[in-house]
Amino acid sequence: MDTYHFLPSRDLEHASSYTPLPDSPETRHEPDPDRSKTNRRPIKIVSSVLLATLIFSFVIFLLVNPNVQQVVRKKVSKNSNGEDHNKASKSPEMLGPPSRGVSQGVSEKSFRQATAEPSYPWTNDMLSWQRTSFHFQPQENWMNDPNGPLFHMGWYHLFYQYNPDSAIWGNITWGHAISRDLINWLHLPFAMQPDQWYDINGVWTGSATILPDGKIVMLYTGDTDDLVQVQNLAYPANLSDPLLLDWIKYPDNPVMFPPPGIGSTDFRDPTTAWIGPDGKWRITIGSKVNKTGISLMYKTTDFITYELLDNLLHAVPGTGMWECVDFYPVSVTGSNGLDTSVNGPGVKHVLKSSLDDDRHDYYALGTYDPINDKWTPDNPELDVGIGLRLDYGKYYASKTFYDQDKERRLLWGWIGESDNESTDLLKGWASVQSIPRTVVFDKKTGTNILQWPVKEVESLRSRSYEINDVELKPGSLVPLKISSAAQLDIVASFEVDEEAFKGTYEADASYNCTASEGAAGRGILGPFGILVLADDPLSELTPVYFYIAKGVDGNAKTYFCADQSRSSTASDVDKEVYGSDVPVLPGESLSMRLLVDHSIVESFAQGGRTVITSRVYPTRAIYSAARVFLFNNATGVSVTASVKAWQMASATLKPFPFDQL
Amino acid sequence: MLINLSFIILLLVLSPCSLLVKAQHQTNSLILDTCKKTPNYALCVSTLRSNPHSSTADVAGLGLILVGAVKAKSTAGLKTISELSRANPALKKRLSQCMEDYKMILSAFIPEAEQAIGGDPKFAEDGMNGIADVTAQCVKSLQGVRAPLPSTNKLVHDLSLVTVSIIRTML
Repeated sequence: MDTYHFLPSRDLEHASSYTPLPDSPETRHEPDPDRSKTNRRPIKIVSSVLLATLIFSFVIFLLVNPNVQQVVRKKVSKNSNGEDHNKASKSPEMLGPPSRGVSQGVSEKSFRQATAEPSYPWTNDMLSWQRTSFHFQPQENWMNDPNGPLFHMGWYHLFYQYNPDSAIWGNITWGHAISRDLINWLHLPFAMQPDQWYDINGVWTGSATILPDGKIVMLYTGDTDDLVQVQNLAYPANLSDPLLLDWIKYPDNPVMFPPPGIGSTDFRDPTTAWIGPDGKWRITIGSKVNKTGISLMYKTTDFITYELLDNLLHAVPGTGMWECVDFYPVSVTGSNGLDTSVNGPGVKHVLKSSLDDDRHDYYALGTYDPINDKWTPDNPELDVGIGLRLDYGKYYASKTFYDQDKERRLLWGWIGESDNESTDLLKGWASVQSIPRTVVFDKKTGTNILQWPVKEVESLRSRSYEINDVELKPGSLVPLKISSAAQLDIVASFEVDEEAFKGTYEADASYNCTASEGAAGRGILGPFGILVLADDPLSELTPVYFYIAKGVDGNAKTYFCADQSRSSTASDVDKEVYGSDVPVLPGESLSMRLLVDHSIVESFAQGGRTVITSRVYPTRAIYSAARVFLFNNATGVSVTASVKAWQMASATLKPFPFDQL
Repeated sequence: MLINLSFIILLLVLSPCSLLVKAQHQTNSLILDTCKKTPNYALCVSTLRSNPHSSTADVAGLGLILVGAVKAKSTAGLKTISELSRANPALKKRLSQCMEDYKMILSAFIPEAEQAIGGDPKFAEDGMNGIADVTAQCVKSLQGVRAPLPSTNKLVHDLSLVTVSIIRTML
């Protein structure tokens, strides 16, 4: 039986019956019958006034609720032939919610819309190929945000949001793993599970603070039994345990509740703490007020009681909820990382936020005033959430920490899947972490940070391949003799023919990676770059490329894009072209570095000025069928390319061998 | 005097009705405004109205009601598939894809949405998108099958997309 109804007929009829129609019995109400004979005219006046009043109310009702008419029509059309006339859902543009935030420069396709296409018939071979070989991921199931990264007694620790029961989000627990080198990992038992009323609905994201005396303090968000977001304190049971196996939740948790004026579900992801001039610790927590993203400031001396400051660290209208706020200093003059509490001349502060609305990570450089606990962006037009992104691809909930051992600031980022959740359930896992990146201030531009894969990843480089000064004329495609092309570290540089470049006066004055046709969209000065995870007939290919646009004034702007549009014959995967413009200074050649690891490609331009992470799911360009090509699809300029590539060995990821202790 | 009195009485008798109309409109204005932003206004309104809690729910509450409606329709869908499989052994193989899809909806996507909607709505959005995806693949596999399943399936599909769009307003 067809169980589908439009508006239940009852409601509509009741709605109209609330307003009595002119000929309904109520309007015929007669006053005292004894008077009727002698007072007919006054009664008529009364009746007509009442009638007018009723008609007036009915008209008002209709005016205020015009959809009544629309709904009535639909109901009628359904009844006439019993078919489902659900026209609204048939129009293509109604398949998904309207996109938002374009006016703030946010990508049109910034969230994944459900496809109308059936799922691709994924085979076990295709799905098992997708698992990465040198990126961090648990053995199975769902992972999201990296949590509380720290270095302790010779080991790097990573905690992460994890679902022990499924390959989709839920039952969030803190997974735990350790490493000597950020590349090879040992899985440990869960650090924290949702077992208290204040985190029973999820042990959510948090950060670690290492105190001057070596103590470790972990602050994390708990989702309570009432679905309120609170902040909780936890610390290692045994600080002299290098594995930090056991964690104690402070008995009087929570230590912070949502303050007045802040929604109970808009209060999460506390940062690492830093010390201010008054000797007190400060932390910041992202939130929102209406559509303004904000960062709340708290002071504490003992990590148990907190004082909410009147002022916010910062706020940016129109950016929505700020998740996973990160706040840290970078040296303007040196090349090392800085402890989170450092401030002074020669230091800028990065404020970063993950925007819930579009699931992208944004950052801005600015100055932190520790007396007033306020941060001001260097360029308000490129403020947090409306300016630079940390990564222009699939990348979220990132978090840095200060590696006191090697004096560097390291960045972790959650790389989710861009295939269907149903495929994730089939393959039994979802998400990886990025290769950790060092973060330094870009002294050359003064307006960026530079991210670069940690040097330790180079320990996986094995067989190398090199080709220098290859001239790529317009339209060329050069295969590179690289085998085992699913695990690669590629460094490439490109020089554009100077004469031809100078001779071109205007070449697509504006360009946008996402709005473009990707590598197939030929321009005078681009695209050119590398094809990875491509098969011989190029039925599948993932181009990572540069595209130069030149305005009438002769000023050139360079774009760096990663193109998924033809990355797979499967239709149920993300096919966006990711990317952004990248600053290129006079005298610099165009350079890119790619880390290819099965279904993930991390792409770095100009030493990490612009970074793009992609998840790619080929069905044919897998195993021994994967190839690498150099290409130049520009129409008006030749490009000289040099490439050095290494096959990457697999990292070792395994459970800690407790039985061998 | 008596006429004036009866006039007043009549107005008093009748005005609660127009107040009622107004009151009902005010109660439902959140539903109407919220549903206007979805891809299927009529389906959104009818589903919410048929639940008595909707008149006092906030947006999160409306989202939860819709998740419940998707769950109920999906449960009915799974039941239909099981019955059809039993009644028509020849159809059983063709229905196996949809069987798996609906099991996935009820065992994975609905719990994800229920857990996330009150806390971190973007994951509820993922779950609902997951439902829209698998119902789309169920549709394809059902071409030519005469049964109540296609319309139930379409209902689950469309309702899940309505829910996605309401969840987006909660972000």
